[in-house]
Amino acid sequence: MIDDKQIDKAYDVIIIGGGATGAGTARDCAMRGLKVLLLERFDYTSGATGRNHGLLHSGARYAVNDNESAAECIKENKILKKIASHCVENTSGLFITLPEDDLTYQGTFIERCKNAGINAYAIDPKEAIRMEPSVNPALTGAVVVPDGSIDPFRLTIANVLDARAHGAVTLVYHEVVGFVREQNRIIGVKTFNHKTKEERHFYAEVIVNAGGIWGHHIAELAGVRVNMFPAKGALLIFGHRVNQVVLNRCRKPADADILVPGDMICVIGTTSSRVPYDEIDRMYVTAAEVELLLREGEKLAPSLATTRILRAYCGVRPLVAADNDPSGRNISRGIVLLDHATRDGLEGFITITGGKLMTYRLMAEWATDLVCKKLNIHKRCNTATTPLPGSRERKKKDNEGMEEVPANILRSEVDRHGELAARIARKNPFDHSLVCECENVTVGEVEYAFNELAADTLTALRRRTRIGMGTCQGELCSCRAAGLLSKARDCSEQAKAELASFLNERWKGMYPIAWGECLRESQLSAWLYNSVCGLGTYNRRKETNR
Amino acid sequence: MKYDTLIIGGGLAGLVCGIRLQEAGQRCAILSAGQSALHFSSGSFDLLNRLPNGQEVTEPLEALNALPSGHPYQLIGVERVKRFAAEVPEWFRQSVGVNLQGAVGRNHYRLSPIGIVKPAWMSFDEFTPVFKPEVVPSNKVLLINFEGFLDFYPKFIADWMIQNGGRCCVKLINLPAVEKLRVNPTEMRATNIARVFESKRQLEKLVAEINRSITDEEAVLLPATFGLTSMEPIEYLRAQCRKPVYFVQPVPPSVSGIRTQQRLQDRFMALGGDFFLGDRVENAIFEENRITGLRTHNHGDILFHADHYVLATGSFFSNGIVARPNLVYEPVLGADVYYDASRESWFDKSVFNPQPYMRYGILTDEALHPLREKQPISNCYAAGSILSGYNPLEEGCGSGVAILTAFDVSDKILSSK
Repeated sequence: MIDDKQIDKAYDVIIIGGGATGAGTARDCAMRGLKVLLLERFDYTSGATGRNHGLLHSGARYAVNDNESAAECIKENKILKKIASHCVENTSGLFITLPEDDLTYQGTFIERCKNAGINAYAIDPKEAIRMEPSVNPALTGAVVVPDGSIDPFRLTIANVLDARAHGAVTLVYHEVVGFVREQNRIIGVKTFNHKTKEERHFYAEVIVNAGGIWGHHIAELAGVRVNMFPAKGALLIFGHRVNQVVLNRCRKPADADILVPGDMICVIGTTSSRVPYDEIDRMYVTAAEVELLLREGEKLAPSLATTRILRAYCGVRPLVAADNDPSGRNISRGIVLLDHATRDGLEGFITITGGKLMTYRLMAEWATDLVCKKLNIHKRCNTATTPLPGSRERKKKDNEGMEEVPANILRSEVDRHGELAARIARKNPFDHSLVCECENVTVGEVEYAFNELAADTLTALRRRTRIGMGTCQGELCSCRAAGLLSKARDCSEQAKAELASFLNERWKGMYPIAWGECLRESQLSAWLYNSVCGLGTYNRRKETNR
Repeated sequence: MKYDTLIIGGGLAGLVCGIRLQEAGQRCAILSAGQSALHFSSGSFDLLNRLPNGQEVTEPLEALNALPSGHPYQLIGVERVKRFAAEVPEWFRQSVGVNLQGAVGRNHYRLSPIGIVKPAWMSFDEFTPVFKPEVVPSNKVLLINFEGFLDFYPKFIADWMIQNGGRCCVKLINLPAVEKLRVNPTEMRATNIARVFESKRQLEKLVAEINRSITDEEAVLLPATFGLTSMEPIEYLRAQCRKPVYFVQPVPPSVSGIRTQQRLQDRFMALGGDFFLGDRVENAIFEENRITGLRTHNHGDILFHADHYVLATGSFFSNGIVARPNLVYEPVLGADVYYDASRESWFDKSVFNPQPYMRYGILTDEALHPLREKQPISNCYAAGSILSGYNPLEEGCGSGVAILTAFDVSDKILSSK
């Protein structure tokens, strides 16, 4: 028996998964006038969306092996530069040939790029060094491509904000734990709220599985099989921006051959290794992966050898499995849209998977087209031409009251939030107090994220504002942010628990690279939080009580 | 340059050692590369809060026998630790001019910046009377913070008060002189606030503001952002406020720690010691297993010579030991370092579990002579957190090891003639 209270109003469509694809689908559906519910089991971008290079692919990387994906990439690349300008940095990219690489590959590469519609052209290696002084000076060839960098956190939140602006309901910490089935039709989902520990049912005409790699499990709950291939990729973040231009190797795609600049840092990646499905929620970067990334990274930009490493992290590529590829590298990154009605005889349920961050909007468009077809709605997709919130024109009135804001702080805020920076409180000078000195995050911005960007945890706050992402990796700002959270939520116990979990999450990315400066910082942090603050004893007491 | 003893490292261990040697008539120099860990002090010294097995300790001197054999306290010897520990409070008061509160044989408690009660052995003067777990200083407290000061957390402290049956009213104070710090937002730190209140005029304004804010409260709680160079501002607040004043440590930089560091430095120099701040020792010259001189960055070819040498350069944080991806080494003497060969064994995946790397440090013989290629360096001793075989965080014994090994080493040097 289902309690009346558990039955919520019915939706046209429920989208499962708060990554870029889920958020993009929610936006597209909402823009086409559907009643939308978006469900995310933890926080937005906590899966593969938040664990990649942040590379705005030109498509060149796929040009030789997968021309269709390459063509999709360059199309979306051009669209995102327009609709998500506040998330994108137009850095341009180089594909370099090193003495150990075969220079004849360059010819094929350029030809296949052209074929996919990517503007790729060779330049003299000396010219490449002028364009990107950090590049390995031993290079024998260089091709310029329209690569860039993209902030996946900002991108996803902008999609969520716009979905909400079009009437969508979006819920975080709601995990789908089962489906409501009526004969051969899925009519609703059972959710578990991780915050309140409550179960709740929601109903809709169509349910979209946009769970990335976790979509494998979601499909299982619905009784159908989507065989996903979990391929782990590890990456390293360096403490400053060594390169201004994306650096790639001009050869068959391999490990650790992309170096992407972003904000004040740069990222090298990735490795690729098969992991068992049951480990995808507990993944750690190994010492061997760190060594491989450093060894290969130094070949792209030799100065990486002497640059401080800030953090190691890893994600899982949501690829649909093929049987004959042990590395997972040669599987097409192509989009997979499954209508389980035609595939499995299960009505009301579709899966959108495969693809990549670059094609999230196209994936959303395909999924929404199918949803609309099922609902017999005929509305055109406008997401390719409608700028996201934050990428709209800043109006004169957006600058009102900003005269008092220090220029460097305002620049950071506008970088992160575009025209929405106008929503950050500035009523008293206290709002300008800096919480995070590395990334210029103020009290006002933190409160904006608490109130309007669904930042309920310190980790969510980091994703919305970059707090704790800079050189000190949250050494002081995490405690300050916890102080603000305790005030905003009127709960110091929750704030302390949040602080402990935030520090653990940071540590997960630090210990794989903890030597030199990183170990020094780690020891200081341990002293500050375990000893001076007493969080270690507190945390242990909590765990014993549990 | 010739000295009786050269001390490498100007933190707690190095300075205590240097002062004791100067007091006994030696001529010493301290070579200090930079910031002391005292700048990040919790406001208290710990002696021993927990055994390595996690068991809590309330009477630290009674628990010494339970420590494993390689522990610095065992190297000093339990009886000597007890003797030295008994001297500590009086020595700090008389010699250094720093008043420490607490009983030698029994731990007390301090309130942490996030409202957690922690054991402590000796606390700096402003943190008295000491807090007890579950006993609030007063039933009705006025808790003060400076508006925009983010390193102090009134909500955490207030909730601790309320949980323990007290009542707490939070009041944000805004003084123009403090407000000025916010023009550059990175300036709003404990030490900068303390600098403002070195001025009597500003203290008067603050007292007036506090006294105006007191209604029926019985006590006032302030962040410990006073007294950078002396105890005077603290004494003034205590004398002038209408109600008893208590202080809680904010997140470092620690004003009381910096004041203590300065007091130690001043005392060392007043006794005729030479303090070379910012001079890094580049290497030592050896003759068999003896040091014959030190070469420093600033003095180049002018070598430092002494009869005895003390290595008190600290742990990783102070670069006393340095980690490379697959190696931990001691950069000054090339002393033997205790660590695990595989980096994956250096860490625990949970940041709150005991971290193996915290136990790393140099190896010594039983007399605290550092080992170099397994041979003791006969005219050198090690003191403080460069030593291995203990986890200062888990055991809560970092400052105790620093002070007591400094007492022990200075004693050994003086009695070696």
